Amino acid sequence: MMQPTHSSNRILLPVRGWFIFMSLLAALFLNMIPAGRLPGVPDFVALVLAFWCVREPFKIGMGAAFVLGIAMDVVSAGVMGQHSLAYVLLAFAATGLSRRILWFPLARQALHILPLLLGTQLVMFIARMIAGGAFPGWLYFLSSFTACLLWYPLTYLLLLPQYRSMEKDENRPI
Amino acid sequence: MSVVGQEPPPFFKRGPAPLARLAFFLALSALLLVLDLRYHTLEWTRQAVAIAVYPLQRLAYAPAEASGSVAGYLTTLVAAEKENAALRRRQLDDSRLLLRQNALEQENRHLRALLEMKQRQTVPSQVAEIIYSASDPFSRRVIIDKGTQAGIVAGQVAVDDRGVIGQVTRAFPMLSEVTLITDKDQAVPVQILRNGLRSVIFGNGDGSLELRFLSSSANIQVGDELVTSGLDGIYLPGLPVAKVVHIDRDTTYAFAHIRCEPIAGVESHDQVLVLGRPKALPPAPPEPEGKPVKGGRMRK
Repeated sequence: MMQPTHSSNRILLPVRGWFIFMSLLAALFLNMIPAGRLPGVPDFVALVLAFWCVREPFKIGMGAAFVLGIAMDVVSAGVMGQHSLAYVLLAFAATGLSRRILWFPLARQALHILPLLLGTQLVMFIARMIAGGAFPGWLYFLSSFTACLLWYPLTYLLLLPQYRSMEKDENRPI
Repeated sequence: MSVVGQEPPPFFKRGPAPLARLAFFLALSALLLVLDLRYHTLEWTRQAVAIAVYPLQRLAYAPAEASGSVAGYLTTLVAAEKENAALRRRQLDDSRLLLRQNALEQENRHLRALLEMKQRQTVPSQVAEIIYSASDPFSRRVIIDKGTQAGIVAGQVAVDDRGVIGQVTRAFPMLSEVTLITDKDQAVPVQILRNGLRSVIFGNGDGSLELRFLSSSANIQVGDELVTSGLDGIYLPGLPVAKVVHIDRDTTYAFAHIRCEPIAGVESHDQVLVLGRPKALPPAPPEPEGKPVKGGRMRK
């Protein structure tokens, strides 16, 4: 969906469904790369999901969040339902706030995303603490901060296909 | 709040309202959580999803695997020589014991036969490699590269060259998940090697272990070695588990606070031996008939 932002002076091409799908799959792939117990590794699935929920609230929503959550539950060897619960809440908040967030420049958009990602982690944290998991240490919440730093490059990367011009021009780089 | 949160005009069909959708998915997730935590009935779903994502998972692991093998190739000669020397020293230490092992085993068998005791079982085992530790920060689990295709089933015990590292808790076709003994509330029945005192050791979740329910006056010292007792019928008896590092005998509590450290390289990534399951123990004898006497439980 084309959304006006306070600084936008161009109208983007409509997004393609398969591109959203591929970017979410790529995020899932990045999450699967074993990083051991290194703190601060961002949750790419949550980040890309939040991005599409903000950008395309009518294309990506809670259903996709739920399915991705199930996949993450299995991949991370956690408890079933832990990621899906958190992601569904994230998708709800991000779609709800999308009109507001897009009004801000990118740096302040990232500041809006930070509490959403922290909330996602907090939901998982509370769910697992109730279930009797071990306390992972406060550095667990560091990954939201690193993820929010990625908001700036991620926006440019994921909007790249929509910056193409309508008519083909051999001399134009993108 | 926003466009998405508002009631749309009836000619724009957008399906159910966001709040209704949220409630539906939240209820579904909560149901999954309860089913998995309380009733453990979702293993088939987990198996199905695991098979679906296995190719992607394998692909994601490939760069780490490649870098690991390159690093292994580039290990300096000095490190290799040092390791070789250490291994040689250990082999000499062990060979002294190994030389006598056959004779002792023979002797043990004869003595056991004489005393009409049940013979100790030997179980088959297979070597597997730890490929990575699971990314779940709330538990301590590792993934090994053998699964049900290699005959691994949940419940088997994983050991390394020094002692017990954990237990297989989930077996997928190509991979299995080993819960380390340091995982929170993972229990292993043990006994103290020095005097045979039996207890159960629990993981703390922070890399150490704790002996619970031993009274403050129990005969235990710092430095005592704990081995599996084999009473549970899952762990073979006599496998080294942990060493006592700190005892806090506060008499205001009924039990001593005993911290232990694992003997095996639980947190290091290496090769493990997955032991086969020992034969099932005979069923427990039936409870005696008749109504229990009042307070009978106390006298047991």
